[in-house]
Amino acid sequence: MTVVHPNLEDTEAKMSARDVSVFYGDKQAIDNVSIDIPTKYVTAFIGPSGCGKSTFLRTLNRMNDTIPSARVEGEILLDGDDIYRSKMDVVQLRARVGMVFQKPNPFPKSIYENIAYGPRIHGLAEGKQELDAIVETSLQRAGLWNEVKDRLDDSGTALSGGQQQRLCIARAIAVDPEVILMDEPCSALDPIATAKIEELIDELNGRYAIVIVTHSMQQAARVSQRTAFFHLGKMVEYGRTSDIFTNPLEERTKDYITGRYG
Amino acid sequence: MSVTILLLLALGLGLAGWLAGRARAWSFRRSAGAGALAALPSYHAWYVALWIVVPMVVFIAAWSVIGPQLVSQHVLASPAAADLPAFGFKRESLLAEARAVATGAAPAVFNDGARALVEPYREAIGRYQTIGIVVALLLGFLGGAWSFLRIKPDFTARTRVERTVMVILLLASLVAILTTLGIFVSLVFETVRFFGMVNPIDFLFGLHWGPDPMANPDNPDPSRYGAIPLFWGTIFIGAIIAMIVAIPLGLMSAIYLTQYADPRLRSWVKPALEILAGVPTVVYGYFAALTVAPFIRDLALALGASNPSSESALAAGLVMGVMIIPFVSSMADDSIAAVPQAMRDGSLAMGATTSETIRRVLVPAALPGIVAGVMLAISRAIGETMIVVMAASTAANLSANPLEAMTTVTVQIVAMLTGEGSFDHPATLSAFALGFVLFLVTLGLNFVALRVVKRFREAYE
Ligand SMILES: Nc1ncnc2c1ncn2[C@@H]1O[C@H](COP(=O)(O)OP(=O)(O)O)[C@@H](O)[C@H]1O
Ligand SMILES: [Mg+2]
Repeated sequence: MTVVHPNLEDTEAKMSARDVSVFYGDKQAIDNVSIDIPTKYVTAFIGPSGCGKSTFLRTLNRMNDTIPSARVEGEILLDGDDIYRSKMDVVQLRARVGMVFQKPNPFPKSIYENIAYGPRIHGLAEGKQELDAIVETSLQRAGLWNEVKDRLDDSGTALSGGQQQRLCIARAIAVDPEVILMDEPCSALDPIATAKIEELIDELNGRYAIVIVTHSMQQAARVSQRTAFFHLGKMVEYGRTSDIFTNPLEERTKDYITGRYG
Repeated sequence: MSVTILLLLALGLGLAGWLAGRARAWSFRRSAGAGALAALPSYHAWYVALWIVVPMVVFIAAWSVIGPQLVSQHVLASPAAADLPAFGFKRESLLAEARAVATGAAPAVFNDGARALVEPYREAIGRYQTIGIVVALLLGFLGGAWSFLRIKPDFTARTRVERTVMVILLLASLVAILTTLGIFVSLVFETVRFFGMVNPIDFLFGLHWGPDPMANPDNPDPSRYGAIPLFWGTIFIGAIIAMIVAIPLGLMSAIYLTQYADPRLRSWVKPALEILAGVPTVVYGYFAALTVAPFIRDLALALGASNPSSESALAAGLVMGVMIIPFVSSMADDSIAAVPQAMRDGSLAMGATTSETIRRVLVPAALPGIVAGVMLAISRAIGETMIVVMAASTAANLSANPLEAMTTVTVQIVAMLTGEGSFDHPATLSAFALGFVLFLVTLGLNFVALRVVKRFREAYE
């Protein structure tokens, strides 16, 4: 069972998972996970690779629906509504819960078109001017505006890896989501680009609920206020990041964060 | 006949050399020990065999080309040849007849003029045949003896055999390229001859096509050699009507197969589509001529067209479009499948539906590959002959009405080559000029398409 640290009472839950299990065919990848994702904080998922962090993250915006063999049990609430109920509009859900992937995946379109993609799909802008404004704010919030404002028509794939990842964050921001899910967003980047992304996460913190999967404990310690430790499909321990790193209650958590395995 | 015998002889000698070489290598090995030989005995055997067979085969091939020329030179130099007409068809046919009788292919002479030439032919053929056999055998023996003597314990037969094999493989791969080159050169040659008779400007820009193979070949009427109606017919049938059918259907089937179809269904439908590409085009031709064309004519009649043609551009184009579907769909399928899954995920995660993702991300990203596929398909369609020969007509109409009969470049190539004109008549030669234009256009299309595909591949590593 999950050990949940005390003193999480200031947590106002944006999303809550209740007894969530995920199966790929017959294989169980997530076993009975329950967690509250806070509104105002950054939550980090850590754990050895293959323990189900990505799988669980993908249940939060139903990206698992795109994998035919995947099946989700349990309940996931967004502002109290079950996102797996049959009436849930997945298009709407994914506008509210955005996602950034491990490898930067800008579309092979211009920088402008990459950002305009979401607003266009969801009909968020009335005219060209409004769209321009959305593109500019999104790029500004992603800290990319100054670097690309003179070449919005260049291809998004021509940017450097770190810029591409910030472009993907800007793309997610453009539809004004409430939650942003990030699956190891820095694992394909060099240390400087990584530092920029971490800085960006800090700035976005508070405006959006952010969930970040990371294999770097330092990164979790730097950017998050809540940490959940996953192991073999189970969530072992969950609490304030400072508590998890200084005072883990579970032996497996302690072993992992002291680097004894994993 | 004698070539076959000579080749068999070469193989026989080669076998003998192989055995001799191996025996010699074995004898070294027996006397000096297994480690003393730089290569296995079989490599020495192959070395000797190659040195016998290769020179002989090369010589036989060359001689089968050069020999007959030497023979006719010999015959023409004989006193009997003095009575021959100086040029033209008559002279050629007399010579051919005499040769046929001399080799025994024909029983007796019909033309008296040929009778006197039979004996010189017989004599020349006999002489050069003997020379050929003697030289071939000599080469075989020389090669065999030389290589046989080179076999020593430290002789590196293996590397030499390997290198020779490599050269032979290289030559084999050059055959296709050289053949293409040869075709091209002969096309150019005949085309230049044609353009000596008909001005290229008249040919390329003239609006009326109706060469008369019976007209005086020395003074062709250039206004009958305007190929624009053919180019138009080709483009209208192959690049417009056929593509209106093939592009949407091919693209949609590719999208369905890559994005929606259950893997089990895909494993059935995809091969079925590809089988479509293997149907002989003459079968499509039947279908176009016997089913589609009459149907279109009846339809046009029912819709009030007066006297519609039974051969229409529409029938040929529609069936050709169906024939082309597999080309478009398999190229589009490959390019869409080559777009990284990450693009698809990225779009879906933005809240796009599957069809929005296809329309806005996958197809634009795959576009270069799709365009290249379409270009390859066009180049196939405009070079396609059987369907249009059977379903289009030979009437060169310059019209935008798809119900009218039209003709294409390929149809006219067939018509001109099989027509009644003699071989050097401009009407016949026009087939080469048409072929040359077709060759250049399809080559250009393929070249551009392959470049596009290559750059597309590089874009996604
Ligand atoms: N599409 C899939 N199909 C089948 N099994 C999968 C799939 N994706 C992940 N898995 C399995 O689920 C488990 C958890 O994977 P994942 O969530 O990617 O782990 P993590 O992100 O923590 O490294 C692994 O055992 C993995 O092999
Ligand atoms: Mg993962």
